[in-house]
Amino acid sequence: MRLICPNCGPRDRREFSWIGAASLLDRPAPGGDFVAWLHLRDNPAGPLEELWLHEAGCGALLRASRDTRTHALAPLTLAGGAR
Amino acid sequence: MTGIDRAQPITFRFDGRTVQGFAGDTVASALLRAGQRLMARSFKYHRPRGVLSLGSEEPSALVTLGQGAAQTPNQRATMVELYDGLEVFSQNAWPSLAFDVQGVNDLAAPFLGAGFYYKTFMWPRRAWFRLYEPIIRRAAGLGALSGKADRGTDEKAFSFCDLLVIGAGPAGLMAALTAARAGADVILADEGAAMGGRLLYEAEAVAGKPAAEWVAEVLEELAGWPNVRLLPRTTVTGQYDHGTFAAVERLAGPPAPDRPRECFWRIAAAQSVLATGAIERLIAFPGNDRPGVMLAGAVRGYLHRYGVQAGRRVVLFANNDDAHRTARDLAAAGAEVVAVDPRADAVAQGDYALRAGAEVVATRGRTALRRVALRDGAGRVEWLEADCLAVSGGWNPNTQLACHLGAKPVWNEVVGGFVMAPDAVSDMAFAGAVMGACSTRDALAAGIAAGAKAARALGLAPVPPDPPEAEAEAGALQLLWQVAAPGRAFVDLANDVTVKDLVLAAAEGMGAPEHAKRYTTQGMAPDQGRGSNSTALAVLADATARALADAGTTTARPPFVPVSISAMGAGGAGKGFAPVRLPPAHQAALDHGAVMIEAGPWLRASHFLRAGEAGWAEACAREVGHVRGAVGVADVSTLSRFDIQGPDAAQFLTRICTNTINSLQPGQLRYSLLLREDGHLMEDGPVARLAAEHFWLFTSSGSEPAMRRHLELAAQGYWPDLRVRIFEATEAWAQFAIAGPRARDLLAGVLDALPELAFMRAARVGMGGAEGWLLRLSYSGELGYELALPARYGDAAFRALIRAAEALGGGAYGLEAMNVLRIEKGFLTHAEIDGRATADDLGLGRMLRASGGFIGADLATRPALVAPGRKQLVGLTPVSVGATLAAGGHLFVPGAPLDPENDLGHVTSACQSPTLGHAQALALLRDGRARLGETLRLWDGLRGTDQLVKVTAPTAYDTEGGRARG
Repeated sequence: MRLICPNCGPRDRREFSWIGAASLLDRPAPGGDFVAWLHLRDNPAGPLEELWLHEAGCGALLRASRDTRTHALAPLTLAGGAR
Repeated sequence: MTGIDRAQPITFRFDGRTVQGFAGDTVASALLRAGQRLMARSFKYHRPRGVLSLGSEEPSALVTLGQGAAQTPNQRATMVELYDGLEVFSQNAWPSLAFDVQGVNDLAAPFLGAGFYYKTFMWPRRAWFRLYEPIIRRAAGLGALSGKADRGTDEKAFSFCDLLVIGAGPAGLMAALTAARAGADVILADEGAAMGGRLLYEAEAVAGKPAAEWVAEVLEELAGWPNVRLLPRTTVTGQYDHGTFAAVERLAGPPAPDRPRECFWRIAAAQSVLATGAIERLIAFPGNDRPGVMLAGAVRGYLHRYGVQAGRRVVLFANNDDAHRTARDLAAAGAEVVAVDPRADAVAQGDYALRAGAEVVATRGRTALRRVALRDGAGRVEWLEADCLAVSGGWNPNTQLACHLGAKPVWNEVVGGFVMAPDAVSDMAFAGAVMGACSTRDALAAGIAAGAKAARALGLAPVPPDPPEAEAEAGALQLLWQVAAPGRAFVDLANDVTVKDLVLAAAEGMGAPEHAKRYTTQGMAPDQGRGSNSTALAVLADATARALADAGTTTARPPFVPVSISAMGAGGAGKGFAPVRLPPAHQAALDHGAVMIEAGPWLRASHFLRAGEAGWAEACAREVGHVRGAVGVADVSTLSRFDIQGPDAAQFLTRICTNTINSLQPGQLRYSLLLREDGHLMEDGPVARLAAEHFWLFTSSGSEPAMRRHLELAAQGYWPDLRVRIFEATEAWAQFAIAGPRARDLLAGVLDALPELAFMRAARVGMGGAEGWLLRLSYSGELGYELALPARYGDAAFRALIRAAEALGGGAYGLEAMNVLRIEKGFLTHAEIDGRATADDLGLGRMLRASGGFIGADLATRPALVAPGRKQLVGLTPVSVGATLAAGGHLFVPGAPLDPENDLGHVTSACQSPTLGHAQALALLRDGRARLGETLRLWDGLRGTDQLVKVTAPTAYDTEGGRARG
C-alpha cells in the first residue's frame, strides 16, 4: 500500500500509522456527546474518511479517503490545515 | 543452440547415486538425460511420478536439497540449477523411491475419494486428534523439515521503478525495450535462470535468426540501458495495493555462509506490464500421471534447451496444432513418434505417424511408462510401446498476478483459456498469452503496445518499433478436457485429485468452484492449481450442466509460487525481530556488574552484582539499603521524554493533562496524569516547565509510539489553532536518578555548582562543563534528584556518579531495587495503570481538575467509572511472619467460595522489603479503601499458594512524605 503525503510524495505504508476515522476530528465541546463520538462509528463498505500520521516521515497528521472495498486512495491532505 | 555447456560437466548426487549433468542444467533435465524417470511419490496415493513440466508450475517432481540443518524440502526439480556437490533426495517415499510401502494407499484408492477424511474418521471423536490425524499427516505429505535451526541466510531488498515488466518472454522483452527506449526506469523480472521465456525452448526464428540469438541481442541492448534493471531467477509472487509487488530472487550456486540463498524484494512500480505467458495443461485420461507422461511443450523444451530426448518411442496426445511441433521435432531428432489427435481432420506436420480422431484411454508401467492404449473413432483399441507420452490439452494463461487485487479473468473460446480483459487492473497492461496474444508474432506486437501504453501513462513519448518478423501461427485447438474411459484420470497431480473426485463433489452439492476446491483439495497445492484449474472447472461445468464461461473461477491469491518464510522474514530471526534500545550509559552499567533484563524494547540494569553476592535478591536488598541509608544512582534515561515548545505549549498541556499546567512557573515541575478519551488512566509522569514556552513531558519507558499518536492527534487534529510543536526527545538525553539522604552531598561533589532546589523544582546545571538540567523529584520516597545531560555525556556521567555514590557508602541501583522502593511508597507502574483503572481507583481522583476541559474529562464521570464496587489500590502485608508475596494472586473473604463472583481483586506488584522487614504488595481490591485493616485470603492457583494477608494503605513507608521533601 502506498500513500501520497502532501509534504513528502508517495511513500510506503510502513512510514505511516493509522490513527482512526476522520470523525475523530469532530471532537465534541466539553459536556457534549462523547460516548457517541468515541464509540459509535460507521463501518462503511466503500469510501471511508480516515486519519494517518506520517510517523516515520514529516510527522504530519493526514486525512485520507480510502475505499474499504478496493483500497482506492486519493492523495492525502493535511488534517490540521497548512502548518 | 542449447542452453547447456557440455564443456562444463557438473557432478551431483540423487538419493546417494552420482549423476552427471552440465552447466545450465536443472536437476530435472540432468536426471532425465541420465534416464532417471522416477523422481517422486505423489502426495496422497504415493503414486510413482516423474517430471511433468519444465517450469515453476511443476506439480510432481518435488525433491529435498541438502541434509541436516541445510535440508530444504519440496523444491521443484525443474527450477533447481546444478552445482558441483549438490545433494538431491527424493521424498515422500520409504524405504525407497522405487519401493514405497505407502504405495498401498494407491490400492485403497477406491475408498480414499473426495471428502474421505470428513466421512470416515467421525467416530470416536477423541481418536481424531490422537490417532487419525497423526497417521494421516504422516501418510499424506511431502518433504520434511530437519527440525534443526536454519543457519543459512536470506536477504531483503526494496526497489522502485516507473515500470515493472513481469516475464521476459517475447512480450515482456518488447515491452521493456519499448519503455526503456522512451526513458522509463524499468525493472524486468523473470523466474527463469535465463531470460527469453518460451523462445528459449522452441526451434523457431525471430527477425530472421534463431530465437535464442534474437533474445540475446535484445538482452544485450537492455543491459546497456542505465535505466533498466534485469532480475533473472526472480519470481514476482504478489501484487499488492497501489503498485506494490513482492518478488523472490533465487541465487544460484552452492550455499555459502557469506551469501544469501534468496532475496525477498518489495518493488513499488508506477506502472506494470504482465507478460507471464501461459503454461500447458494435461488432458484427463486414465493413467495420465505415470513417470514418462509429460507436457508436450516440456518434451520439446528439454530437447531444444537441454539436448535431452525424453523418450525413444514417443506418443503425442494433443488436441492442438502447436503440440504437433513436439512430434515434428522429436521425429527429426530420431525418435519414433506416433501422434494421437482427437480431431478427425488433424494433419501431420512432419515425419511421424498420425492417428487422427483417436484418444489415449489407458497407460501401463509401474515406475516408468511402458505402453499406451489408444482408441480410434470406431472404438477400436490399439496398444503402443512407448517410454514417453507427450500430452497437450492447450495452454492456461498465467493471469494469477492480475487477480490478486480482486480482478477476474474471462473465458476466451479461441485461446481455450481464461484471459485478462485490457483494463481489468489499473496501472497494469497485459501482453502476450495473458491477454490472448498467443503466437510469437502477436506476443511481440502486444509487448510493444503494452510497453508504449505504460510509457505514455508515465508521461513519456514512446516510439513503438515495428514488430520483428516471427511465427504467426498460434496453433488451432479443439477443446478436450477429459477422456471417457474407465480408470483414474488425474486432474490435479499435486494433490492427487481425479475426475471422479470432482464429479463426486458436484453430486454431493459441492459443485460451485470454491466449494469443490475445498472439498476435493483441487488447486490447494502450492501451485494453486495453475495447471489444473481450468480442467477442474470444465469437469465441474460438465457435471453441473453449465457453460464453462458461466461456471466461475476460484480466487488466485499471493504468493504465485511458494515463498520460504525465511526469505520473507529475512533479517528478522533472533535479535533481528525487534530492535533493542540501549541507554547511553549501557556500557558503564555493564562495567559495574549490571545484569541486564528486557524492559519493553530497552535493555536495563536489573541489579548490579558485587563480588560475593549470591544473586539478584541479595544485590537488590543492598541497593535498596543504599538509597534508604546513603545514596543510590540509577539510569532512568529510558523514560519517554517529549520536548514540547511553542507560545501555546502550556495551554496544550493543560488540555492533555488532568491538572493545570498553565499555572506552572518556569523552573517548576508537576506530577501529572493523562487520561484516555474514554476516561481511564493512561499515563502518569512529571511535567517540567523549563522556560515560558518550553516543556518536558515524561511518560513511561517505551510509550513513545502510542503517546506520540495521542499528542499529535490532539495538536494537529483537535486543536490546530494552538501554536505548539512536539519532539520525541528520549534518546537526546541521558538521565540519572540520585536518591538518598546523602544525595545532596553527592551532587555537591560532581556538579560545577549545586543550586538550592526545592521539591519539584528544576534548574540548569553543569557537570564537568557539560550543560544539563537538575530536576528535584523522587520515585523512591527519599531526597531525590534527576540529572539530565545530553546523551553523549551519559556514559562518563554515570561512571562519575557511581564512583561518587560508592565513596559515600552507596552505589548504583537497578530496576529490582527501583521496584522495591516504589512499592514501599505505593507509587505506580503499568502493573497498576493497567488500562482498566481510573485515576480515582488508584487514589489520584483529586488530581482531576473539577473544571474539566482535559482529554478524558467527560467520560471519566460515566456512571460505571464512579460507581461503588470498583477495584481500588491498597497495600498488602502477609499475616504469617516470614511469608512471601507474589503478583497475580487473587483476594477473597476467608471462607468464601473460590469463584469469579467472590473474587475481590488481585495483587499487582509485590516485593520483599528490606526496609520494612517483611513482604509488601500492592493490589487492586474491590472497595479497597473501605477494607483497610481487614484480613483476606490470598489464593494463587498458578503458584499453589494460599495465605492470609492484611489490607493496608498503599504507602507503607514514610507515610507523611517528609523524607522526599526535606
